[in-house]
Amino acid sequence: MKTPIAKRLSTIFVTALTLAILFLYLSPFAFMVLTSMKTQDQISEIGAPIWPAEAPTFEYNGQKLDVFTVPMPDGTTKDLAMLKKGQKMSTFIDPENLTAGEIVWEGSWRNLQRPWIFSLASAKSNYTEVITAIDFPRKMWNTFFYAIMTEIGVLISCTLVAFGFSRFRFPGRDFMFILLISTIFLPGFVTLIPTFTFFQTIGWIGTWLPLIVPSFFANAYDVFLLRQYFMTLPRELDEAAMIDGAGPLRVLWSVIIPQSYPALMAITVFHIVFAWNDYFGPLVYLSSNRANWPISVALSTFNGIYGQKPQVIQAGALMTLIAPLLLFIVAQRFFVQGIVVTGVEK
Amino acid sequence: MLEQLSNFRDSIPSLRAFRNLPPNARREMRNGLLFLSPWIFGFMVFTFIPIIASLFFSFIDLSITDGILSTPKFVGFDNYIKMINDPMVGVNPRTWITFFAPSSTPSAMGVTITFGLMALPVGIFLPLSLALLMNSPYLKGQMVFRSLFYMPYIVPFVAAIYLWGGMLNTESGWINRALIFLGMAKENVPQWANDVNWVYPTYIIMGIWGAGNAMLIMIAGLQGVPTELYDAAKVDGANPWQTFWNITFPMISPVIFYNLVLSIVGLFQYFTTPLVVNSGTGRPGGATMFYNLYLYKNFYAYQDMSYGATLAWFLFVIIMVITFLVFSTAKYWVYYAGDSRS
Repeated sequence: MKTPIAKRLSTIFVTALTLAILFLYLSPFAFMVLTSMKTQDQISEIGAPIWPAEAPTFEYNGQKLDVFTVPMPDGTTKDLAMLKKGQKMSTFIDPENLTAGEIVWEGSWRNLQRPWIFSLASAKSNYTEVITAIDFPRKMWNTFFYAIMTEIGVLISCTLVAFGFSRFRFPGRDFMFILLISTIFLPGFVTLIPTFTFFQTIGWIGTWLPLIVPSFFANAYDVFLLRQYFMTLPRELDEAAMIDGAGPLRVLWSVIIPQSYPALMAITVFHIVFAWNDYFGPLVYLSSNRANWPISVALSTFNGIYGQKPQVIQAGALMTLIAPLLLFIVAQRFFVQGIVVTGVEK
Repeated sequence: MLEQLSNFRDSIPSLRAFRNLPPNARREMRNGLLFLSPWIFGFMVFTFIPIIASLFFSFIDLSITDGILSTPKFVGFDNYIKMINDPMVGVNPRTWITFFAPSSTPSAMGVTITFGLMALPVGIFLPLSLALLMNSPYLKGQMVFRSLFYMPYIVPFVAAIYLWGGMLNTESGWINRALIFLGMAKENVPQWANDVNWVYPTYIIMGIWGAGNAMLIMIAGLQGVPTELYDAAKVDGANPWQTFWNITFPMISPVIFYNLVLSIVGLFQYFTTPLVVNSGTGRPGGATMFYNLYLYKNFYAYQDMSYGATLAWFLFVIIMVITFLVFSTAKYWVYYAGDSRS
C-alpha cells in the first residue's frame, strides 16, 4: 500500500510527464502559428528567433542599412547600422549619434546578432497571399459543398441500411453484414480502376458526381456504428408502434431516429471531418478541373510552388485546419463515443 | 467489429432456409431487403462488379483513352508475366538480386514491407502507451488530456504533413534546431525526407498524430476491464508487470487485434504521404516508391489500366492472405470474454 505522500508524488510525476509529452506532441501547432506570421527575411536568416520578428534597419543617405548588435570595447553592446560588411572587419555608424562618424569593428560580421523585435507586420500579407494564390474562398466553398452533399447521402443511406440490419430477421442477413464489414479490407485500387474507367466513359471525370453519388449507397463504418446503436434500443417501442398500425418506415422515422441523436451526431461529425480531409478521391477525379478543387488538393500544390516560403505554407495549413478543429472543440463528445463503438464493439 | 467475421461459416444461408419461409417471415425478408437495397445496389455497382472488372482488365490490354466500351484485346497472362519480371514490383526472387545490389533502386514491394515493419510497432505501441498513461489513476485531468491527444487526429492530412514537414525542415525546423541546441554538430543533423536512411522515420513522425484514434479505442478497452480482476491480482501479490501480462493484455487483446489488422491493411496501401512529401517521385533513391504509388503511377500517370488492375489484384490477394494469416493467429492470443452482443 502506498502512503499518501508517495501517492501525491506519483500524481505529480505522472501528470508532469504527460504534460511534457503533450507539449512535444502539440508543438507543431505552435510552429505553424509562429511561422505563419514571419517575414520572408526572417525565414532565410540564420539565427533569427522562432517568434515572428523584424530586424530593424536604418535609412542613411538613401540607403537601407541593417542594424546589428555590436560588442563595444568597454564590454557593453550597441545597436549599430552596418555600412560595409567584411570577414575581418566591418564599418558601422551609430543611428543615435551620427556625428560620431564611422565606427570600425574587428571580427567577422557573421558572428554578430541582430536586435530582433517582435512584429506581426507581415502576418496579414501571408494570409492574404494564401487567399489570392489558390482562390481560397472558392476552394473552401467546394470543400463545404462536398462535405454537405455526401453528408446527406451518408445519413440517409446508412440509417436505412442499419435499420434493415438491426430490425429484420431473414436468411442471408448475417452473410450480407459480414460482406459489408469485409469491404474495409478491400484495397481501394481494385475497385478504383474500373470505376474510374466507367466514370471516364460517361463523362463524369472533373465533376463532383463520382465523389458524391457513391455516398448515397452506405459504407461499412457508419452502418456498423448505427446498427450497434439501434440494437441497444428496446424493441418494445417498435412493437407498440406496429400494433398501432405503423409500417417499418414510420417506425424508423418516429421511434428509432428520435432515440438515436447521439449516434447520428457521431456519424455526422465523423463524416464532415472525413470529407474535409479527403485528399485522394478529389485528386483522382478532379485533377483536370482546377475550379472544382477542394481545399485539400489546392493546399497540396503549395509544396512545389511555395517551397521557399514556409510562412505561406503554414498560413495555408492553419486556414485549412481551423474548421475541423472548431468542429472538434464543439462536438468532442460525439467523436469519442463514435470511435469507441467501431473499435470496441463486436 | 471484426469479431463478426468469425461467424462467416454459420452466416451462409442454406437454400432450405428460403424454401420453408412462412408468409410473415417472407414479408419480413422483403421489408428487410428493401431497407438494405441502397447498400446492395452500391455494393454491386461500386464494389462487386468493379472487382470482377479489375480481374477482367488484367487479362486484356486497356489504356485509359480506350474507355470501357472498346473491344477487349485479350492478352492472356501477359500482364502477370510482366509483373513477375518487373524488378520494380519485386515479387520474383530473381529480381531481388538488384534489390540487394548497393547501387540499384529497391523494389516497390520491398519498400512497402520494409516501411511496414518499421511503422507497425510504432502504430501499436505508441497508442497503447498513451492509453496506459491516460488510464493511470495518478493522472490528473484525464479527460482534458484525452481530448488534447486525440485532437490532432482531425487535422487534414495535407496540413498535418506541412506542419510536421516544417518541424522536420533540415534548416528552419524546430527538431534540428533542438538537436543543434542540445549539442549536435551542424553537419551531423538528420537530413530527414532527403536522406535514404531517415526518410522512413520522417514518414513515421509525420503520421504520429494518427495515434489519437487508436489511443481512444484502447482507453475504452482498458476501461472495460473489470476492477475485480485487478483487486484479485493485488491480493495474490502480483507485480505491475505480471498484472499487465496476465490481466490487462488479455482483456484488451481484441482491441489490439482490431488495430493490428487495420494497420496492416493500411500499411500495404500506404502511399499518399510519399505522394505529397516527395512528390511521388520515389526520391531519395527509390526508397519511397511504395507499391501503391507504383500502381498509382501505372494507372494514373501512364494510363495503363490493365497493368494497374493486375497490380491491384495482386495486392488484393496478398492482403487477403495476410489478413487470413493474422486472423488464424487470433485464437492463440486474442481473448474474447464470454458474451457476444451481436
